[in-house]
Amino acid sequence: MNSRLIVCRDCALLNRIAHLPRGGSARCPRCGALLARGVFDSIDRTLAFSLAGLSLFLVANAFPFLAMRMQGLITETTLLTSVWALYEQKRLLVAGLVLLTAVAAPLLYLLLLIYVLAPLRFGLHAPGVIPCFRLLRRVQAWSMVEVFMIGVLVALVKLADMAQIVPGIALWAFALLIPVMAAATSSLDSELVWDRIGRPA
Amino acid sequence: MTADVRSLPIGCHDCDLALRVPRIEHGVAPRCPRCGTVVRHRKPRSIARCWAFVIAAAICYVPANLYPAMTVVSLGNAQSDTILSGVIYLLSHGLWPLALIVFVASVVVPLAKLVALVYLLISVQARSRWRPADRTRLYRLTEAIGRWSMVDIYVITILVALVSLGNLATVEAEPGAVFFGAMVVLTLLAAEAFDPRLIWDRADLQDG
Ligand SMILES: [Zn+2]
Ligand SMILES: [Zn+2]
Repeated sequence: MNSRLIVCRDCALLNRIAHLPRGGSARCPRCGALLARGVFDSIDRTLAFSLAGLSLFLVANAFPFLAMRMQGLITETTLLTSVWALYEQKRLLVAGLVLLTAVAAPLLYLLLLIYVLAPLRFGLHAPGVIPCFRLLRRVQAWSMVEVFMIGVLVALVKLADMAQIVPGIALWAFALLIPVMAAATSSLDSELVWDRIGRPA
Repeated sequence: MTADVRSLPIGCHDCDLALRVPRIEHGVAPRCPRCGTVVRHRKPRSIARCWAFVIAAAICYVPANLYPAMTVVSLGNAQSDTILSGVIYLLSHGLWPLALIVFVASVVVPLAKLVALVYLLISVQARSRWRPADRTRLYRLTEAIGRWSMVDIYVITILVALVSLGNLATVEAEPGAVFFGAMVVLTLLAAEAFDPRLIWDRADLQDG
C-alpha cells in the first residue's frame, strides 16, 4: 500500500500515487481533479463525525426550526411538517423533492456511513457492505442540507417585516450539522475502505 | 484512434480500482473484481442521455419562470409571485444581498448550467481538442453549482409551512414551483449523465 494506481474520474489518466502525508492531497496533473486525500485514522474519524451528525440530524428533525408570531397567533414548523404542508397542497413533486434532499438523503448518507464503518472498526463486515458503500456516493449527491440552510435564512429575512420570527433549537442543530457532515465526507478514505471490504482480487 | 483509448486502463466507476480490460466484448459483462460493478469504459449512452435531460430541463425552464411560484394571501389580499418577481420584491424592499442570492441561485445558475452542458456536449460531439483541462474544470463547476438552485424551493416550502394562519395569512405553492423543481432535478440528472472523460477521448490528447 505504499503506492497505488488511480485512474482519474474526470479524464481517465492513470496516476501512481505515493503514500500521502496527513492533510496532503493528490490532484490529477492533467485536469486538476482531486484523486486522494491523506487522512490519519480515517475510519475512526469518519465514524465519529457520522455519529455526531446523526445525533444532530435527529435533533434537527425532532424540534421546530422556526416559529412565527403574528397578532397573537403562533405557528411553528419542523422539517417533516413543512413537507406535509406541501403534500396537503397537492404539490407532490415539490414535497417529494424536499423530503429526498433535506431529510431522506442526509439521513441515509449518515446511516450508510455508520453501517459500513462501525463494524469495520472492529474488523467485521456488515452484511451487504459492498452494495451499501457503492450506494453512498449516489446518495451524497442528493443530500443538500447546506442549501436548505440558505433557504431558511432567505425565508427568515422575507418574513421579518411581516411577523416576528423565532429560530428554534433545530435550526442550530442544522447549522452544526453542515460542517459535521462536511468533515465526515472529507475524512473518508474510500480507497482504504474498498481495500478492506472489497473481494480479494 | 479509438483503439488507443480502449487499451488504456479503466477506472471502476464505483470504487475507482484501476483495471486493465483489453477489450469489452459485446454480450459479456466483465465485473470489477473488488466491488462487483459492471466494468464500463464510459458512462453508457452519456451524450444521448445528457441531451435528453438538457432539452427537458430547458423546456421546464420556461413555465418555471412564467408561472407564479407562490401566492401570499394576507388579510384578504392575494399576491402571486414568479421566481423573478420574487427577486424584484426583495429588491424593492432594499434586501439586495438576498435578492442577489435568489437571483443567482434560481435564474443564473440553471441557465449557466444548461449553456455549459450544451457547449460541452457540442464540443465533445465535434471532437474538439481545445483546452480539455479547462473544459473538464467547467464540467466540475457545473456539477458543483447545480444544487444551489434548490434555495427557492426550500424558501417556498418554509413559507408554505410557517405562514398558515387561516384567515390572517397563508402561502400557497403554485405550478411555477413544480416546473422549477422539475427543472432543477433534470439539470442535476443532466450533469450526472455527462461523462467528462469523453473530452479526453482523442488519441492526440492521450500523451499530455
Ligand atoms: Zn484527470
Ligand atoms: Zn470496482
